[in-house]
Amino acid sequence: MEKNQYKGWLYLLPAALFLAAFLVYPLVDVFVYSMEEGYNFASQTSFGVGTYNFSYVLHDPYFLQAVRNTFQMVIITVPLSTGIALIISVGLSSITPLRKLFQTIYFLPYVTNTLAVGLVFMVLFKKTAYSDGLVNLLITWFGGEAVDFIDGPHAAKMFVMCLYVIWIVMPFKILLLTSAICSVNPQYYNAARVDGTSPFRIFYKITLPMISPTLFYLIITGFIGAFKEYGNAVALFGTDLNAAEMNTIVGYVYDMLYGDSGGYPSYASAAAIILFFIVLTITYLNLMVSKKHVYY
Amino acid sequence: MKVQLENLTKKFPNRNKKVGGEVVAVDHFNFEIPDGELVGLLGPSGCGKSTALFMICGLQSPTEGKIYFDGEDVTKLPPENRGVGVVFQNYALYPHLSVLQNITFPLENLKGEEKLTKEQMREKAVEAAKLVQIEELLERRPNQLSGGQQQRVAIARALVKRPKVLLLDEPLSNLDARLRLQTREEIRRIQQETGITTIFVTHDQEEAMSITDRIVVMKRGKVQQIGKPQEVYDNPVNLFVAKFLGTPPINIFDGEVREEKLWIGEEEVLSVPGVTDQKVTVGIRPEGFELDEKGAFSCEFSRVEVMGRDVTVVSTHENCQGTTVRSIIQAENKVDLSAKKIRFTLKPAKVLLFDAATDDRIHF
Repeated sequence: MEKNQYKGWLYLLPAALFLAAFLVYPLVDVFVYSMEEGYNFASQTSFGVGTYNFSYVLHDPYFLQAVRNTFQMVIITVPLSTGIALIISVGLSSITPLRKLFQTIYFLPYVTNTLAVGLVFMVLFKKTAYSDGLVNLLITWFGGEAVDFIDGPHAAKMFVMCLYVIWIVMPFKILLLTSAICSVNPQYYNAARVDGTSPFRIFYKITLPMISPTLFYLIITGFIGAFKEYGNAVALFGTDLNAAEMNTIVGYVYDMLYGDSGGYPSYASAAAIILFFIVLTITYLNLMVSKKHVYY
Repeated sequence: MKVQLENLTKKFPNRNKKVGGEVVAVDHFNFEIPDGELVGLLGPSGCGKSTALFMICGLQSPTEGKIYFDGEDVTKLPPENRGVGVVFQNYALYPHLSVLQNITFPLENLKGEEKLTKEQMREKAVEAAKLVQIEELLERRPNQLSGGQQQRVAIARALVKRPKVLLLDEPLSNLDARLRLQTREEIRRIQQETGITTIFVTHDQEEAMSITDRIVVMKRGKVQQIGKPQEVYDNPVNLFVAKFLGTPPINIFDGEVREEKLWIGEEEVLSVPGVTDQKVTVGIRPEGFELDEKGAFSCEFSRVEVMGRDVTVVSTHENCQGTTVRSIIQAENKVDLSAKKIRFTLKPAKVLLFDAATDDRIHF
């Protein structure tokens, strides 16, 4: 027994070493960076230990803008994408003809390249010398006034951003929800039908509780994913997100490290740790709520 | 309530697309269930019993034919308007609801004038729970119950709306042997207390024989025989019914009738007046054998199984279609264990003749 225990650790060693070198050490390092004031990357020196980096980041208007943007996006995209995905999944599982076709169509964004999708959105929304974009054409056709979605007002940009994110994250959610709905034993529906349960009540009282584990999984990972949003913003608004007022927290971290104004690993680390605590809190809240409502 | 089925037929498209065509699950059913009876639909799996049940409750619509409840045509009526309660094979209790919530679920669907207050619902649920003796389990979740208790909850849920017909789909198949015995008595008691016309589906002939007023034996979607359990056992209309009913099963031999005498192998075993000369299939119930040294029928003796009250003599016979011949005799009869051959006289009432070609019963 004793001997076997050593053997077990030995087998774990390669993975443990790998994780320690590439996951645990950097994590610890981020904490260390975030607490070192006036850290100089070239000379590897600092003035001392303190919370100045956090205070700098929290007073940086670009960071505050990034936090605002991130929260707006999370609050808009997570409920909307989950809700719409749920509606589509219910629809998909209640039709038989053409179901495969629709499933494929809804799954397409998942296998499409983000930047290619970005290009399509440009065609739809970007104002150029030749055209105002397809959506603006429609708006003016209905008598509205053209809006610059890419370089215009913040709300318009946020709208495009959210639309883009929702469209990107939806396929995965639809995939999981359809399979969850399909795995509900049809006998429950038969039993409910014999008792004359209305379709809405069947959905609310039977389907929803039965798929609640999947639903909450999607909500939790949806929140985490949305808080870490960055690439999609770049695809739409280019790399200078601060200038476009569309930066996100992860974008801010990247800029602090490698951007034009970069070279400040301490500020980047502080921002990353703030993001970590935001995500931790939200996930904890999610789990608290799910304990009450999720049936396993 | 009286339930009548008239030419009830259900066809499904064949799942195997290469073969194509249709599968007839239920084929022109005609029978009538008198008010307040407990009827068992009996047959091997895949014979269409459950399909028939689902058509009666309205979950499946028949391809052809009509269903009448008390003379009223309900064929096109949705399940909730038929006044039926259904207990499903796996009970289909909602796992996220408590026992009480499960039982009140059907009541919560009532609308308009029938709508009940919370207290009324609880009252009715408790009443149904008392009937099946689970009133102390109301706050539990289904996964905290044993199989037998779940079964009772399912029955309570089916009964809470006071249906006029109760339908049970293989109600005992998920229970162990002892619980099965107990629960079938329970179903009988509940049925008699409430007087509800009850139809239940089973592939277990013992289950069907023991508690029903009437059994319907089915094979490949066709009704073979309808009658009181004992009648059907004593007088099966064909070989299938004879083989399907009874444990241990009936012993089948190849035989021949010559000059109104029945021959099995080289022995003339019984006189069968009025039967014309022909090849026959002979069925002899295990209790149809009597030990008799001068008996006309002989078998190769192999062993004895002692059951206490009676003894099963296991022997072989070259004309037997099964591997062994099982005969049940009273324990008082001493069996000579060293004997190579064992001789029996046959009780004429327990010997059944069937046409060797069509399997139909030949009466004598």
